[in-house]
Amino acid sequence: MKLFKHTWLALTLCIGSSSLWADEVQVAVASNFSKPLETLATAFKAKSGHELKISAGATGKLYAQIENGAPFEVFLSADSKTPKKLVDAQLAVADSQFTYALGKLVLWSSTKDSIDAQGEVLKKNEFKHLAIANPKTAPYGAAALEVLEHLGLTKTLEAKLVQGENISQTYDFVSTGNADLGFVAWSQVEKDGVLKDGSVWQVPEDLYTPIQQDAVLLTKGKDNTAAKALLDFLKTPEAQKLITDAGYGLPKAN
Amino acid sequence: MTMLKAQFHLKLATFELAAQLELPSTGITVITGSSGSGKTLLMRCIAGLEHPQVAYCQLNEQLWEDSAAGYCLATYQRPLGYVFQDSCLFPHLTVQQNIDYGRKRSYSKSNHNLEVVIELLNITSLLKRKPAKLSGGEKQRVAIARALAVEPQLLLMDEPLAALDQAHKYEILPYLRHLQRELQLPVLYITHSPQEMTQLADHLVLMDKGKILASGELQSVLTCLDLPLAQSQRASSVLTAEVFAYEAEFQLLQLCFSGGNLSVPHQELPKGSQLRLRIYARDVSLSLQSPPSIDSCNNLPARVLGMVNPAVGYITVSLQVGTELLLAQITRKTASLLQLEIGQRVYAEIKNTAILS
Amino acid sequence: MILSSEDWIAIALTLKLASLTTLVLLLIATPLAWHLAHTERWWKAPLNALVALPLVLPPTVLGFYLLVVLGPKGWVGQLMQQFGLNTLPFSFSGLLVASVLYSLPFVVQPIQAVFSNFDKRLLEAAMTLRASPLDAFFTIILPLSKHGFLTAIVLGFAHTVGEFGVVLMIGGNITGETRVISVQLYNHVEAMNYQAAHSLAALLVLFSFSVLLGLYYLNRGK
Repeated sequence: MKLFKHTWLALTLCIGSSSLWADEVQVAVASNFSKPLETLATAFKAKSGHELKISAGATGKLYAQIENGAPFEVFLSADSKTPKKLVDAQLAVADSQFTYALGKLVLWSSTKDSIDAQGEVLKKNEFKHLAIANPKTAPYGAAALEVLEHLGLTKTLEAKLVQGENISQTYDFVSTGNADLGFVAWSQVEKDGVLKDGSVWQVPEDLYTPIQQDAVLLTKGKDNTAAKALLDFLKTPEAQKLITDAGYGLPKAN
Repeated sequence: MTMLKAQFHLKLATFELAAQLELPSTGITVITGSSGSGKTLLMRCIAGLEHPQVAYCQLNEQLWEDSAAGYCLATYQRPLGYVFQDSCLFPHLTVQQNIDYGRKRSYSKSNHNLEVVIELLNITSLLKRKPAKLSGGEKQRVAIARALAVEPQLLLMDEPLAALDQAHKYEILPYLRHLQRELQLPVLYITHSPQEMTQLADHLVLMDKGKILASGELQSVLTCLDLPLAQSQRASSVLTAEVFAYEAEFQLLQLCFSGGNLSVPHQELPKGSQLRLRIYARDVSLSLQSPPSIDSCNNLPARVLGMVNPAVGYITVSLQVGTELLLAQITRKTASLLQLEIGQRVYAEIKNTAILS
Repeated sequence: MILSSEDWIAIALTLKLASLTTLVLLLIATPLAWHLAHTERWWKAPLNALVALPLVLPPTVLGFYLLVVLGPKGWVGQLMQQFGLNTLPFSFSGLLVASVLYSLPFVVQPIQAVFSNFDKRLLEAAMTLRASPLDAFFTIILPLSKHGFLTAIVLGFAHTVGEFGVVLMIGGNITGETRVISVQLYNHVEAMNYQAAHSLAALLVLFSFSVLLGLYYLNRGK
């Protein structure tokens, strides 16, 4: 009986071995952060030798996958609500959740000079469509609604709102010119800290609740040292520099 | 007198139709020729179902198509009826509805003749049936009624009986002749059956390889020695004769025509009836002397018009008997013994006669 | 079943979109299918492939290209603006155009199949019975192609109801204008509103199943 128990343990170790001594981490990442994560992965590998296996997707979909047994070990969410939900469902390690980046909301147009630096264009109301991400599902969308609320423009502009399912579709709406302007992520329209094209209004951070993007260690990865190493790495100044370079902000608490 | 004037030049990938026609305005014109000679194509051109490179078509005073003038009436604008080889009844409609399809689109929309036609074609009991429930012969009779329902000024029939067996053919053939006489409607009729041809035709058009070999009175085309019809083993001629007496004792019908008298075994027919007779060339023998008087009835004085040598050992002779033309097929030896030459006077003995109608 | 008023609006919108799409498609697909069934010209194969393209293109890709082409920077969009028309994305008309393209093969193909098997001699027979081509179409072709048309209507309608990717891409998620059932359902799922999602999904599954079952019986009775 004892022998049997040992065999069973060995078997489990073999099958689940990646979580013990492998130098690989299965990471689920919200689409908007998948590009920066690739840069981070290169730096992380150079430093620790560990390799990231990245699956990018919409936060909601990744949540559903994790809930249904997907083999992810670390989850980089686009919000803070979903990691919390995972912790509550005991699918993630309780004290591992932290904010790795802050989303920066901007009002963007693909044509030059159509947006002024103060965002007065919203009040002038001379456009046909204003694109936002679906506020029910995308944090950037919710943030955009907050901004309109603060400016007292919700009622006036309601009829002109078109919603992208996520922030990248919202970007498509604006970049193809179908929407004259839209609330998108700064990370989508900048390169090395400079606007790529069109015109932009950097929305002041006091106009919306910070868009916290939280990371969490998933239960599946709780024994993987490389997974823990990744989460620690994200808090280092080296990683933080890469994150801000990609157009994100950092939480003040850090 | 001319009713249909047509000229077509149609080039297809593997076939070429080059036909010019002038046809009379009465009676049945049979178009015949071996399969693949372009009969159907010619008829489709007349109906406007094909689009020849060169086309001219005119019925009586009415122009249907003139490619030189860029003028073309669509099929549905031409006052014609068309009976297809395989009936082409609409499967979703009953017999009555099929016939009404044409009637509703006819000129008068109240085609009084149609009831007569339905009666004549003996399809009254089929009216409520769907085409799938009809026999081949029934289908064709319905198709004929349907084509007549539009009150056409010209009826085109493309081998309407080809799909039928002999029994069904004999069932319909009498109707056709009868119909044509009742309705006084010119008919163009395609067939390659000698039976149908001799029974129906007033006028005969002979086609070969997309061209028209001959067009004329049935008799003259049948007996023209230059044409393949007269040269075939089954060459025949037709003549029209009138009933003048009946010998009930021997069941013999006594007939007369311009060339003399004929007696034919048959049931009694009213005096004065006009009958069409077919006489195969091989059923006619020739002699130089007048035969003994007993049998003289079917022995007619004739004059040799021409001779041709179509098959080994045989000679076909065309003869004039009164105003009619007759073919005789005899062996070369007989011909040599008789020392036949053109213009010679002989006696033609008719051994067998078929009454066509 | 708990359906919110927004759900009902989405349902009504979807039914309107699917009906109009089917109607427009019948008008376009019928001559197109007839041509494809009978032409022997060189463009037959390319045209067939073009019609079938929505079958293989991922809907979001089709949606993205429509967004580009129909948008103010795309050539269709620019043409429309020159004629003083609004561009199509984010409007019901835009959705209609997208659905027509997306469901095209589902309507063309069943009709084309039945047209290919149509005995053209029946049409010729109708012509000799003094029926004009249009007359013959309604009295002969249509009744004899009934099953093909019914299949096309059912598939076109059902496929438009289930359409999602394209709508998501060019609709802009506007209540009563472009938010159809599938998008509403997706919203519920994304917002982790599972109870509402289940109700709507159940309705959609029930609808699709009945439609396909009906189609099956229809074709069996042929």
